Amino acid sequence: MASSPLVDPHATQAHHRALAHQFDSLDQQKESSTLGMWLFLVTEIMFFGGLFTAYVIYRTLYPQAFALASHTLNVPLGGANTAILIGSSLTMVLAIWAAQVNWRKGIALFLLATIALGATFLGIKSVEYREKFETHHVPGPSFHFVPESEHVKVTDPQLERHASIFFSLYFIMTGLHALHMIIGIGILAVLTVLAWKGKYDSEYHNPLEMTGLYWHFVDIVWIFLFPLLYLLGAHAR
Amino acid sequence: MNTTAAAPPVTTTAETAFRRPNYLNAAYGVRSWLLTRDHKRIAILYLISVTTFFAIGSLFALLIRLELLTPEGDLFQPDTYNRLFTMHGVVMVFFFLIPAIPAVLGNFLVPLMIGAKDLAFPKLNLASWYVYNLGGIFTLWAIIHGGVDTGWTFYTPFSTHYSNTYVIATALGIFINGFSTIFTGLNFIVTIHRMRAPGLTWFRLPLFIWATYATSVIIVLGTPVIAITLLLVAVEKTFHLGIFDPALGGDPVLFQHMFWFYSHPAVYIMILPAMGVESELIAAFARKRIVGYKVVAFASIAIAVLGFLVWGHHMFVAGESIYAATIFSVLSMLVAIPSAVKVFNWTATLYQGSISFQTPMLYALGFIGLFTLGGLTGVMVATLGFDVHVHDTYFVVAHFHYIMVGGTIMGYLGGLHYWWPKISGKLYPAFLSKLAALLVFVGFNLTFFPQFILGYLGMPRRYWSYPPEFQVLNVLSTAGASILGVGYLLPLCYFIWSMRYGKDSGDNPWGAVGLEWDTTSPPPTENFYTTPVVTHGPYEYNREEVHNRMSQEVTLG
Amino acid sequence: MAEHVTSRKVYFLVFAALLALTLATVLVAEVDLGVFNDVAALTIAVTKALLVLLFFMHVRHSTRMTALTAVAGFFWLALLIGLTMADYASRGQILPYVAGK
Repeated sequence: MASSPLVDPHATQAHHRALAHQFDSLDQQKESSTLGMWLFLVTEIMFFGGLFTAYVIYRTLYPQAFALASHTLNVPLGGANTAILIGSSLTMVLAIWAAQVNWRKGIALFLLATIALGATFLGIKSVEYREKFETHHVPGPSFHFVPESEHVKVTDPQLERHASIFFSLYFIMTGLHALHMIIGIGILAVLTVLAWKGKYDSEYHNPLEMTGLYWHFVDIVWIFLFPLLYLLGAHAR
Repeated sequence: MNTTAAAPPVTTTAETAFRRPNYLNAAYGVRSWLLTRDHKRIAILYLISVTTFFAIGSLFALLIRLELLTPEGDLFQPDTYNRLFTMHGVVMVFFFLIPAIPAVLGNFLVPLMIGAKDLAFPKLNLASWYVYNLGGIFTLWAIIHGGVDTGWTFYTPFSTHYSNTYVIATALGIFINGFSTIFTGLNFIVTIHRMRAPGLTWFRLPLFIWATYATSVIIVLGTPVIAITLLLVAVEKTFHLGIFDPALGGDPVLFQHMFWFYSHPAVYIMILPAMGVESELIAAFARKRIVGYKVVAFASIAIAVLGFLVWGHHMFVAGESIYAATIFSVLSMLVAIPSAVKVFNWTATLYQGSISFQTPMLYALGFIGLFTLGGLTGVMVATLGFDVHVHDTYFVVAHFHYIMVGGTIMGYLGGLHYWWPKISGKLYPAFLSKLAALLVFVGFNLTFFPQFILGYLGMPRRYWSYPPEFQVLNVLSTAGASILGVGYLLPLCYFIWSMRYGKDSGDNPWGAVGLEWDTTSPPPTENFYTTPVVTHGPYEYNREEVHNRMSQEVTLG
Repeated sequence: MAEHVTSRKVYFLVFAALLALTLATVLVAEVDLGVFNDVAALTIAVTKALLVLLFFMHVRHSTRMTALTAVAGFFWLALLIGLTMADYASRGQILPYVAGK
């Protein structure tokens, strides 16, 4: 064994330009990156999961403060953002579809649409954030919360403190979600350029699929954030 | 002076070994190391980093033991002492114990043991080393500027509101380091799933691979939770948001839940790979298949899963509901079952094996004893009533050091000694290494056994002074720590020495079986000259082919 | 491994279903159903997430390993929330001043 010559492991195989040296075939490479991406998404589930845990616990401890604080969020804007994000997921899968049917320009177009929708989401989000600053609903020294409810009208210090926990969670959860979107948009921008240059086709479009998984995951996080943060106090009106 | 009683003679001479292409002489220069994608070279990079952090952590331990030599606080201010034990814990847990075996031995061995050319994502692997060091730099920066005094656990509200030390920098350092751990774990899972050699079915995998796989599962599922928890601490401290702040209605115990959801399984991130090493060593030096191979393999998975269900046993006296505490207590005891299964199976493997007491085997035998003691005291502290008495005393300190030092470090050193010829192609001095193993064992027990007694007598942890009646046991402990220190320094010296002056080890100095021994030592960059095809299970020391091959190698020599 | 190409029609149908469910969750929240508000909101959210997972993320056509990985992620999250909740839910039994104020 020791005397056998060092053979080039690729010598006998057709070598695709995108095949990394440690893999034997593109299939193996694709299966590996898919599994790797899903494992990464599992870490993301657990990462946001810590926040959801905190949310569930405090919501159970302080249901009234959470409902009243949730009531101040802008449901039409949040709902519109939900629709926009779902739309961006649609354009993302259509980009992959375009790759599968070898429509190279289509890939770039759909990716651009995804970026545009993602940016719109962030724009609306920043309008909401500004509103929170103006109404002093940002936790910190100037935090002030008077519930707009028929049952509770006066400032209740305890309720105010508990509401600040809701707003802390609101900002951290939506903030981290927005950060994920910004990272996603950055990756999509790179992919758009590469797609425009014709790097992806029906045979090889793995980076599109992986980015798609990430983008859809971010969508799923929002699918849970929207009812938990925005809708929980809707009927308390 | 060298080892290898039962091993076949060296097959190549020193000159031919170094003319042969291997991963060490494949390229030269700093650049070839810092930009390498080779898992074996990355393992060496990790070895250097991890050893550096081990040295820093040990220095803190040394200073702690020096202070505790006398009952009075005469060497440090209490504040300084708080920082010392905090930094000792942070550096040892996050920058040594967690990465040690996976990132060094795992990185080196996983592709070799499964017959792959590299890990699935070599760039990610290199990135993980850089990220590790980046996290380390954050933490070192915090240390240099005065350190942290919260304890490695960062309990709120002290960490978020009262401590005016470098909590944020350290928390960010650990946060960043978490990415590195995740990269490694993710890489291992994908590699083990997708890159096994033809014929290498799951039940033909070495137990080290099973253990590494189980470890990686914990890493992927647990690490993100500590990341978000420490991020919340940093955010709360920076922006004064109320997440865990009791003044705002926040609950510090929620922090403890989230912290221990990762940090308890983290103990299994530390001990499982050591158990994997243990299985390899016992099989190789008893010349036997591990008894109940499948049971040991599944025990790793069982530990990984059950390990996630027990975190509440850290909060028995923290205000946790007694109903939850009872459930956590019972679940904690369940983890003892797969752990004990492993110990029984290793012991049964030794029975009627042809045991040779080479240096790695000394560590392996030490591991069994120390881990058993650490595990059994773990069952004790998992008992609700008993824990109330020994909680936050030296009993707990001794218990987890028996697991982490007696288990993980014994496994790590045993593994390093076993695979050093594979890594470097060199042999280290046999007598000196056996002496070091003995010093580590004796020094360790002398350091930590007295702490069981101290804790039982009521000495609380994390204090810089203590009543005079505890002094004798503390002096014993400090004396043991000095011996332990010498035991750690010796391998460092002779490993470095052996790289230049050590005798050439040949491909397989232990006469061990396993894919990693089927290639040359040190292995070539692509690991194998031809892709291996596996036709049998691991540890088949009795198989005819193995005997034939061994005698063939003898005739070749 | 031949790649499965999902037709555009399926994608558009899923998209329409997701929009409809979003509208449904907003409308249901306006009605006071007590605890069933939470149940309805979560049921709709889980359904939407499943649609995204199965169709947009192609779990329907992926290997069992991929599906298992996704399930493991959500299962472990349930462990984290469930066991933490077990503490809080049972605390008030002994210490009424801690819980539910």
